[in-house]
Amino acid sequence: MRDAAPTLPLLRVEGLQGWYGESHVLHGIDFEVHEGEVVTLLGRNGAGKTSTILGIMGILPRRAGSVRFDGTETVDMQPRQIARLGIAICPEERGIFSSLSVEENLLLPPRIRDGGLSVDRIYDLFPNLKERRRSQGTKLSGGEQQMLAIARILRTGARLLLLDEPTEGLAPVIVQQIGRTIQQLKKEGFTIVLVEQNFRFAASVADRHYVVDQGRVIDMIPNADLDANIDKLHAYLGV
Amino acid sequence: MMFELLGIPPQVLMGQLLLGLINGSFYAVLSLGLAVIFGLLNIINFAHGALYMMGAFVAWMLLNYFGIGYWWALILAPLMVGAFGIVLERTMLSRLYKLDHLYGLLLTFGLALIIQGLFRNYYGISGLPYQIPAALSGGTNLGFMFLPNYRAWVVVASAVVCFGAWFMIEKTRLGAYLRAATENPTLVGAFGINVPLLVMLTYGFGVALAGFAGVLAAPIYSVNPNMGADLIIVVFAVVVIGGMGSIMGAILTGYMLGLVEGLARVFYPEGSAVVIFVIMAIVLLIRPEGLCGRAA
Repeated sequence: MRDAAPTLPLLRVEGLQGWYGESHVLHGIDFEVHEGEVVTLLGRNGAGKTSTILGIMGILPRRAGSVRFDGTETVDMQPRQIARLGIAICPEERGIFSSLSVEENLLLPPRIRDGGLSVDRIYDLFPNLKERRRSQGTKLSGGEQQMLAIARILRTGARLLLLDEPTEGLAPVIVQQIGRTIQQLKKEGFTIVLVEQNFRFAASVADRHYVVDQGRVIDMIPNADLDANIDKLHAYLGV
Repeated sequence: MMFELLGIPPQVLMGQLLLGLINGSFYAVLSLGLAVIFGLLNIINFAHGALYMMGAFVAWMLLNYFGIGYWWALILAPLMVGAFGIVLERTMLSRLYKLDHLYGLLLTFGLALIIQGLFRNYYGISGLPYQIPAALSGGTNLGFMFLPNYRAWVVVASAVVCFGAWFMIEKTRLGAYLRAATENPTLVGAFGINVPLLVMLTYGFGVALAGFAGVLAAPIYSVNPNMGADLIIVVFAVVVIGGMGSIMGAILTGYMLGLVEGLARVFYPEGSAVVIFVIMAIVLLIRPEGLCGRAA
């Protein structure tokens, strides 16, 4: 349905290639995300999902191809310039700073435009963080650190959130809580690219799924068609 | 009473402790700058002593060539040394960040030799006098000892600067950027913060602290091209003892070792020149990350 819409996608990735030194990790990634959508990148370990996220953010050391955000070509930009366009990352390793308190971690990413959530609203969404705002960032539990890593990119005014495996290694009850948070963020109007290994979780929050394998996008499955394609997906993911 | 039992007059003990506190003030300001620079730039700034010397010379030049006195020099010299540091950072140091520590050490060591050589060439090594500012001449009799006003000022001024630097780094938004970038510059950049600018300003700030210490030192020690080279070896020992990358650790270790040196001069004068290095060796054996450092 979304594909038929005449609007330009918020993010359009075409033929994205990427390298770490000599190692060629992305061989032509193509996908697009429309405003307000939640899209996942599914795939096996080492398929290139995280590299794709780092490629969009400009962190990958060498890139080629095209990444257009809101009509602007970003493939030759520095990460900080890309961030200022309105893209924010929640990295796989979470990236909570141990020399900063919880609140300092939360307030670290600078506001780049209007429209972000207020700190009070963020504390409403994540009451644990408010309670522990004076603690050292890395003293939080794994789940709380994940919440913090998501929370701190919500107040900057970024429109596109790149979430890299936010459920990795967390207890089921925390995973559910993160799922509810992502649905809430979708309601708030955020556009989200989610990297996931856990496709049951992905199915509970996403509109569409792109399957990544060996540095390429090899398929796209709308969430509504997931059940019909379950065998194909199992084959892709090698489950 | 106790002092007399030990056979040491209180004047001697207090005098040496004051001297130790003053040396400690210089150690603290200099090792603070080194720790900040090492934390963010990953560079062991061997030019720190030369830039401290430059601070003293800039103060001397401002006075003798332009008639600009001590109080203005206290502001202008650190700014000029900081600006010089920024030029070094932009043109040379910034090319080394991706390489091993060793390259930064070699470059800054070479720069220190060149800077010292240039000053030696033009000003010789006999040392130039710099007057104590009129407002701080004289001293105060504390009863148990005579306290020269300028020396009291050095202790107060360096304590204020150390506290100010600590507050800025640990308690402000800018300091949070600095701490975060010290941990993970890539992610901080991906949040839209200009990390190269932060790095440049941090180096400028670190060497401006050295320049400030140089101005404080000018009226006490003679202004001499080698003044930094003599001091910096001890300051590196202080940084090793305190642990690289801990701001408060660098400050406290600086003061503490100044006092230890002072006590050594009272109780075992023959060992006072090496006591810091002995402590450094012991710390390296028992706690290689330094007293306040975090294990790597």
